[in-house]
Amino acid sequence: MAPAMSDIMTPDAAELARVAPGHGKAAAESVSPERDLFVGLTRLGDNTLILGHRVSEWCGHSPILEEDIALANMALDLIGQTQLWLGLAGQVEGAGRDADALAFRRDAWDFRNLLLVERPNGDFGHTLMRQFLFDAWHQPMLAALQGSSDARIAEIAAKAAKEVAYHVERSADLVIRLGDGTEDSHQRMQAALEALWPYTGEMFLGDPTDARLAEAGVMPAPEGLRAPWEASVTAVLAEATLVRPASAFAHKGGKQGRHTEHMGHLLTSMQWLQRSYPGAKW
Amino acid sequence: MYAQMVKSEATNEDPALLAAFQARIDAGEKIEPKDWMPEGYRQTLIRQIGQHAHSEVVGQLPEGNWITRAPTLERKAILLAKVQDEAGHGLYLYCAAETLGVSRDDLTEALLAGKMKYSSIFNYPTLNWADIGAVGWLVDGAAIVNQVALQRTSFGPYARAMVRICKEESFHARQGYHAIMQMAFGTPEQKAMAQDAVNRLWFPAMMMFGPSDKDSVHSAQSMAWKIKINTNDELRQKFVDQTVPQILYLGLDLPDPGLVWNEARGHYDFTEPDWSEFYDVLKGNGPCNADRMAARQKAWDDGAWFRDGLMAHARKAAARKMAAE
Repeated sequence: MAPAMSDIMTPDAAELARVAPGHGKAAAESVSPERDLFVGLTRLGDNTLILGHRVSEWCGHSPILEEDIALANMALDLIGQTQLWLGLAGQVEGAGRDADALAFRRDAWDFRNLLLVERPNGDFGHTLMRQFLFDAWHQPMLAALQGSSDARIAEIAAKAAKEVAYHVERSADLVIRLGDGTEDSHQRMQAALEALWPYTGEMFLGDPTDARLAEAGVMPAPEGLRAPWEASVTAVLAEATLVRPASAFAHKGGKQGRHTEHMGHLLTSMQWLQRSYPGAKW
Repeated sequence: MYAQMVKSEATNEDPALLAAFQARIDAGEKIEPKDWMPEGYRQTLIRQIGQHAHSEVVGQLPEGNWITRAPTLERKAILLAKVQDEAGHGLYLYCAAETLGVSRDDLTEALLAGKMKYSSIFNYPTLNWADIGAVGWLVDGAAIVNQVALQRTSFGPYARAMVRICKEESFHARQGYHAIMQMAFGTPEQKAMAQDAVNRLWFPAMMMFGPSDKDSVHSAQSMAWKIKINTNDELRQKFVDQTVPQILYLGLDLPDPGLVWNEARGHYDFTEPDWSEFYDVLKGNGPCNADRMAARQKAWDDGAWFRDGLMAHARKAAARKMAAE
């Protein structure tokens, strides 16, 4: 007969339980303006990196050649923006990490992208709806960042805003056309909207880092982006004859490093070469 | 070379018209879509341009295979730009084919039904990251040798498409060579990857030019019509001569022991590819034929609702516009 297993418990269990669960190294680090800036920049760069990755998965598999071209182009824009945001994040951090080190050698708990952008592609309707819901946030976000008190951020935002103006024009147009297309396309777009809706609320939830960045005029408070997003989404859904889901429930945690199960798989393929051959130059 | 083994159509038109047409070709004039042309010329071009376009589209797959695993952000961006270019080339070429009276959907359905081909090279897999460099350098390098010649082809839309495509292909070949150079001069593992890629892709790249013209029943008419400008053997030799010094510069072993400089000919001698393998690939028995076609079929089938939705919306929008007027 196997021996009985008693409860194993440390004396400082209560103190340990108070530490925010699920956080990686990020949770243990002290607060400073540089640290806040680094976190804010990785949030921006991780969004574009992970969404760019997802979009690039369509390469050669989309419904029509024009979409293959458009998707590659968007992924390219997003990866280009990633190079700028993570490049600046590495500079601000001052620990010798460049954009590649941040992209390819952090584990999931140190990624700070919204959960929305790591959602799997699903059918083409899901991919388009995810893009539109993100673009409709990305555009006012970049508009606000162009007024950042940090000139480096304003400069990157100005460049990215030109690209994203096209992204939102395209994704909104396709959501409208497919929502108001056939019965089948309508149902697929409605299903995509309902599946992704619970991942939109996270875009507008601030945390103390966001509050300090907003206070310093570096980045906008997330809460303030809701009104322009709502205006854009409401107008597009109406024209698309799609029904806005009633639930206000929001999945959250991506910005703080708590991700979905999909994130580890995404990073496994993305980081594989860098991890397998450390120190190699490519 | 993205078109191989293109069968020339026989033609039975009025001898006077044919002679006048041939005189225009011989004088170096470009044939434009609205000009009279022999039916055989039209059908041969549809087959060649269509095959070329399909190759660009299917060619996204072996390269797309590595986009999500590209080792740096810059390499990822370059690869995305390159694959986007390939899709764009497919689009120009389908448009050039459309000027001959065939729709893109017709061509796509012929591809999926197995009635049209794409280049044999895309039935080979990309197995390590160096393959992406090798595809740019060797595969696009071989394509450029052919496509530069096709800038002088007699059909205006095809010739003009080639001018633009060659500019982009030159960037592809340079970035591919740069990527593989980084690896050949990198760690021992990276150099091994580069060698493996060259060893595997060398003969398939040589096959891109098609079998020797001695064995080609289709070349004579296509050359008379200037649909084809050089023989397969001339182009293959040009490719070998320009590529061998590049392999030597990388410090890699030559993938063929028969590659020897022949002073008397002023060219490299080389071993012919295994043509039985080439014919197997054309018959559908290459390492990736089934996977490539399954991927294209799935994209087409899964995308039907999307294409139908856009068409339905366009009809509704047109009806609303009519009602408002």
